[in-house]
Amino acid sequence: MESGAVHLPDDVSFAVLAAFPDKLPTADEAVAALGAEYGENAVREAAAEIKELADDDMLYTSAEVIPTPVYSSLMPVKAMCLHVAHDCNLRCGYCFASQGDYHGARGIMPPETGKKAIDFIAAASKGRKNIEIDFFGGEPTMAMRTVKETVAYARSIEKDSGKNFRFTITTNGLLLNDDNIDFINAEMSNVVLSLDGRRIVNDNMRKCVDGSGSYDIIVPKFKKLLEKRGSDKSYYLRGTFTRENLDFASDFEHIYGLGFDEISIEPVTATPDKPYALRDEDLPRIAEEYEKLTNIILKLRSEGKKVNFFHFMVDLDGGPCAVKRLKGCGAGNEYVAVAPDGSIYPCHQFVGMEEYRIGSLDEGIIRDDIRRVFAQSSIMSKPACKDCFAKYNCSGGCAAGNIFYGGGIDSPNTQACFMQKKRLECALVLKAAESGAHVEF
Amino acid sequence: MKRIKTISEGTLKKNRDNRGCGECQTSCQSACKTSCTVGNQKCENAK
Repeated sequence: MESGAVHLPDDVSFAVLAAFPDKLPTADEAVAALGAEYGENAVREAAAEIKELADDDMLYTSAEVIPTPVYSSLMPVKAMCLHVAHDCNLRCGYCFASQGDYHGARGIMPPETGKKAIDFIAAASKGRKNIEIDFFGGEPTMAMRTVKETVAYARSIEKDSGKNFRFTITTNGLLLNDDNIDFINAEMSNVVLSLDGRRIVNDNMRKCVDGSGSYDIIVPKFKKLLEKRGSDKSYYLRGTFTRENLDFASDFEHIYGLGFDEISIEPVTATPDKPYALRDEDLPRIAEEYEKLTNIILKLRSEGKKVNFFHFMVDLDGGPCAVKRLKGCGAGNEYVAVAPDGSIYPCHQFVGMEEYRIGSLDEGIIRDDIRRVFAQSSIMSKPACKDCFAKYNCSGGCAAGNIFYGGGIDSPNTQACFMQKKRLECALVLKAAESGAHVEF
Repeated sequence: MKRIKTISEGTLKKNRDNRGCGECQTSCQSACKTSCTVGNQKCENAK
């Protein structure tokens, strides 16, 4: 766990590791415990290989302590979720943002506010070079003038300020036309396209204002965007599953069949009182569906086809540094959200909540006390993460999710935990398959 | 090795000397955006 190494043991070596989870056994200890069941020679072979890996720091690795201030101090703000539209042209049944208005007034961010946000982050990011701006809503394409002018302004100061702006956008697709598609493909390093999968599943939740389904309008537009998008830029076809489509592997197959090979299907974010909210009793079924999805991907790849499921991607031989893995998303610290009126919040999930308002573009950040709460939350401050095999890949989960659904910023949401661990398990199975091992669920 | 196949040697140990330059992508883990697996993030200093 502490090394990040991943091994595929045979039955005997697995039994030895399971019998001695905390301490490297001697060969004699292993034989005493398991020799009768597996045979002395086999157990000695397994114990010898385990010792060799332990000597190389790839098993029984001890945790090294990184000084707390390294990962829990206030950092420069270098990523921003820019809410250019608190309005939406869809009426999705599961919308966490109250149909785009975040429980406030509907509104579009003026272009001048967008430019002010660029000035803010150019200064607040201090020595950081890479700046991320995510256009979000509501539906951000309802504010394309603001999006375009904000991007143009950022590009105009990019060189002199020594910054590298990376833009992303999340869209429901309804307003995509040739002009918007060309702009997005030219300027956005990533675009997230929202579609839930099969027509009946998508239209059950993602409805137009008149109550009709959106599938037939948006799918051709998404296909066009993809056709025109360069291969050097990322995209995700992003769906949501609820307890009304726990068979979401079928939605994955449907989306793949439409011609999209970068796919993400997310569990719905909802309070437990909602009929479509995921329940604890659904978790075994969800785990089965992730396994089914893994087998589908294994089959497609065995046929030479390219396909990625966002949550099954893990970089075992690279990935971020230990500090990043300890800190996680950086919400409220390196990352903030800005509402159309210029108010600043720790992330998009807190937008509109006065108790989490940390400042504004006019006054700057005035609540470092709130920022410190986020900055000081890490794997190390979450007791539930201490012995979790997934901790260096999930960093303790979503801060907002923990606060709203887990009971506190350092109390991981147990449903999210379960799903994250299952997804990582699936990711490791795919990695094992890539290495030539015969694995499947 | 005969009984254990190593899929990855892991990078956590060697990466512990890196104290975080802060240049990598912010990894929003919220499911209402695109919940990110931190372990898939790219290091900006990776060769």
